[in-house]
Amino acid sequence: MLENIDFTLVDWSRGQFALTAMFHWVFVPLTLGLAYMLAFMETIYYKTGDEEWKRITKFWMKLFGINFAIGVATGIILEFEFGTNWSNYSWFVGDIFGAPLAIEGIMAFFLESTFIAIMFFGWDKVSKRFHLTATWLTAIGASLSAVWILVANAWMQNPVGTMFNPETVRNEMVNFWAILFSETAVNKFLHTITSGFVLAGLFVIGVSSWFLIKKREQLFAKRSIVIASVFGLISTLFLIGTGDSSAKEIVKTQPMKFAAMEALYEGRTNAPLVAFGVLKGKDLHKHLDVDSHAEFWLKVEIPSMLSFLAYGDPNSYVAGIKDLIMGNEEHGIMPYREKIRRGYEAQQMLSAYKEAQKADPNGEEFQLLQAKFRDQDFIDNYFRYFGYGSFYDPDPVQLEKNAFKMVPPISLTFYAFHIMVILGGYFLVLFAVFLFLVMRNQLHTKTWLLWTAVWSIPLAYVASQSGWIVAEVGRQPWVVQDLMPTMTAVTHIDAKAVMITSFLFAAIFVILFIAKIKIMVTQIKIGPKKKEDPNNV
Amino acid sequence: MFETLSHLALQQYWWMIVSILGAALVFLMFVQGGQTLFLSLGKTEVERTLLINTLGRKWEFTFTTLVVFGGAMFASFPLFYSTSFGGAYWVWMMILFAFIIQAVSYEFRSRPGNFLGARTYEVFLFINGAVGTFLLGVVVATFFTGSPFSINEYNQSRWEASSRGLELLLNPHNLSLGLAVLFLARTLGLLYFKNSVDEPALEQRITKSLWQNAIPFVVFFLTFVIWLMFSEGYAINPETGEIFMQANKYFLNFIEMPVVLILFLIGVVLVLYGIGLSLLTPTSNGIWFTGPGVILTVFALFLVAGFNNTAFYPSSYDIQSSITIMNGSSSHFTLTAMSYVSLMVPFVIAYIWYAWRAINKQKISKEELTSGDSHIY
Ligand code: HDD
Ligand code: HEM
Ligand code: HEM
Repeated sequence: MLENIDFTLVDWSRGQFALTAMFHWVFVPLTLGLAYMLAFMETIYYKTGDEEWKRITKFWMKLFGINFAIGVATGIILEFEFGTNWSNYSWFVGDIFGAPLAIEGIMAFFLESTFIAIMFFGWDKVSKRFHLTATWLTAIGASLSAVWILVANAWMQNPVGTMFNPETVRNEMVNFWAILFSETAVNKFLHTITSGFVLAGLFVIGVSSWFLIKKREQLFAKRSIVIASVFGLISTLFLIGTGDSSAKEIVKTQPMKFAAMEALYEGRTNAPLVAFGVLKGKDLHKHLDVDSHAEFWLKVEIPSMLSFLAYGDPNSYVAGIKDLIMGNEEHGIMPYREKIRRGYEAQQMLSAYKEAQKADPNGEEFQLLQAKFRDQDFIDNYFRYFGYGSFYDPDPVQLEKNAFKMVPPISLTFYAFHIMVILGGYFLVLFAVFLFLVMRNQLHTKTWLLWTAVWSIPLAYVASQSGWIVAEVGRQPWVVQDLMPTMTAVTHIDAKAVMITSFLFAAIFVILFIAKIKIMVTQIKIGPKKKEDPNNV
Repeated sequence: MFETLSHLALQQYWWMIVSILGAALVFLMFVQGGQTLFLSLGKTEVERTLLINTLGRKWEFTFTTLVVFGGAMFASFPLFYSTSFGGAYWVWMMILFAFIIQAVSYEFRSRPGNFLGARTYEVFLFINGAVGTFLLGVVVATFFTGSPFSINEYNQSRWEASSRGLELLLNPHNLSLGLAVLFLARTLGLLYFKNSVDEPALEQRITKSLWQNAIPFVVFFLTFVIWLMFSEGYAINPETGEIFMQANKYFLNFIEMPVVLILFLIGVVLVLYGIGLSLLTPTSNGIWFTGPGVILTVFALFLVAGFNNTAFYPSSYDIQSSITIMNGSSSHFTLTAMSYVSLMVPFVIAYIWYAWRAINKQKISKEELTSGDSHIY
């Protein structure tokens, strides 16, 4: 079955999606976090009436506007892309997936775009109070848009609250609240939104540090740093906490992703955590077989920590990549070959259903098959492996080989995860140090520390992108966990067409990115509005 | 309350919502229309900046309406979404590119250090205005003219033309609606300028340009509508669900749904009245007639495309593959859940209205652009 797939097309479509999603994610986290910081700053202005706070708010607001515009431009691409490049997927999950996107539009985007207009154009047109409300509503609007899209994404990682309908051949929603409040969705939202707060905190601290280094706008910079380090420190604590609960939940819902995050080949009790490591060999997932072992050039381990992280108990057993593929009776893990067989059976059942319906839509056989898809036993033991069926092969040797292909890129997932976690720890320290020093008014003398903050801005982006790589690359080969493999999700179209649009996207992104960076840097160099100069707005 | 409605009632409710969004989108494309005009209307840099800022306070709404229109289609009629977007690949991609370059242009144009120069962003705005409106018109025309696709028993769609959407540009009826939408957007843009710019030097140029755009609009629009009334359409047999060609289908839809016909006629009259008023008198209120007129007209056209047993996304390749509001919709459960969400819409409209009023108390003038305290594009 695998030979019928045009992998060039699949790879280009994936590449294009990854490119556009990651580009969107360059702008979104700053929007999410900075919006709240603007709201805090303006609230202080509102309470104190101190014009300096208005100046501070307006400066960051200008940067916010530049960033926001390009976030919007990149968001629309993703929405269209589900249809243009993943049309089979769009149908298979359209009953669930479309809803959050539409709700996002109605609930969040209009809120954001309406009140952002007041935020920018309303300074001397509406009352102070109304303006402040608008700023808060913009921030809330941004967070709401994150809620809905992340609910959609979480459902792909952990498809709950739905039932397969053989008539329409798609998953249909049966429980809205189960989808909205699934553990995955809650973790995803909390972790992602706090990651945006952290990133924005680092951005504000970094830019303000530059002003301190240049000995300009000292009061402005210090005040900004106070806000950003308090906000950042609290957010980082939350971020680490929610990251931890994400990991605990992934062990249950996506054990293969978890094993890949740690490059854990063989499962064990008292599993150690690799705090830092460099893997030997490349394309590990392509050479995987029964005898593969994880080899490190170098690693630093914390004994039993992984077991503890996963289950809160150092003695617990953590499944490895090979256990998951080959199965492990002792720990009740079903081998992939069995899942593939069952998934294949479910797929055959669907074909039989369609045949029977054609033959006689009132016949007994058709009615039996109809009942089958509503039978809980069939759903729990066969249908839930539906996607695995696409890896079926009548030849048992080939089937076993196919099973070993069902792993995500191991090194990429491993490194992305470790980079994210290490940086998370580093950010915590950085925020704490900044808060401590700015409170004691000792910050401006420590030039090296200020430069560190400036150079930590790109690190925030690295951590954030790494997080998405863990989440999205780590779930391969699935688009919808266990139900739909990526390769069956694509639109059937000439791979060249996808190639051309990918290059066009890449070109336009490079240009827009340069433009944005140049504008940002110029704006920062100009600095906040001088009190006496009316032209510098 | 929605769960007690039949699936069909929900499907009709959602087709109406999609139609309202589509209608609002066409009206809001006055922003796009304006973007194709400011280069020729504005003789000086200040005038151009004035016109761009007039549009700049509204572009987000058009953009967001487009996004929500797409999202609502995905949520309520996913089969249309997966078939059309994946099938007419190049047309949607061109629309997409036209909108990517719009969003940044307003914000970047007047910023120091903007890398490409103000003129490039102005050209981007022009491209968005021209290409975006024309192609959206073409896509909407396919609701009546059909597209070459087939759908198998697993509801997977295949586009049967390797030109992937470009073939839609060869159909003269698609082109006439595309051009009608383009000139309509320009006409609306002019009416909007007339209404919101306080700059005597521009007024005369606006009126002159209005003649040049309103006439082609009326010609292309009538060409399309007259063809539509005489052409055969894709009808559904309500008993069997089978699709067949019926003579004068869309004309019959109007006759069989008199309310829709009345909405359509009122809409057309309002559109023409607003235009005529602006051409012949100095009033700046034309948009208050033409705007609602456009919404009514487009709304009625959408209803004619989807209601009264009509396939709203017909297949010219395999007529039985045509998508209807019945076979292309989401499940009863999803439509119910979404219907609750739709109750928020009046509230959304209310706060948008309130916010616009707060911002638009005075017309925009040159003075405001140099007053120092507001955000300038
Ligand atoms: C500033 C960025 C940042 C930082 C410092 C961290 N994360 Fe993170 N992480 C994200 C930004 C992020 C993210 C971009 O927000 C992701 C991507 C998808 C998601 O749900 O959140 C993510 C995903 C993500 C996932 C995968 C979720 C999934 O696949 O559904 C896990 C397990 C963690 N994180 C765990 C952690 C831990 C234990 C951290 C300890 C410090 C941590 N993250 C720091
Ligand atoms: C904005 C943050 C996001 C980033 C940075 C991101 C990143 C990625 C990456 C790197 C891939 C390619 C994985 C691979 O095939 O190797 C991918 C694929 C994909 N992601 Fe995401 N993703 C993001 C958000 C989302 C969200 C919110 C959704 C759904 C709502 C989503 C849906 C998909 C889909 C459908 C694919 C294509 C199938 C696949 O190759 O897995 N992504 N994403
Ligand atoms: C892959 C799936 C995604 C799709 C289809 C998508 C879609 C969109 C669209 C269409 C817009 C423009 C809205 C407008 O017209 O104003 C947008 C903007 C936005 N999106 Fe996304 N988005 C995706 C991923 C994400 C993720 C993962 C987040 C946050 C966690 C997010 C948060 C936002 C925010 C805050 C905005 C506001 C503007 C800005 O980016 O600065 N989006 N998105």
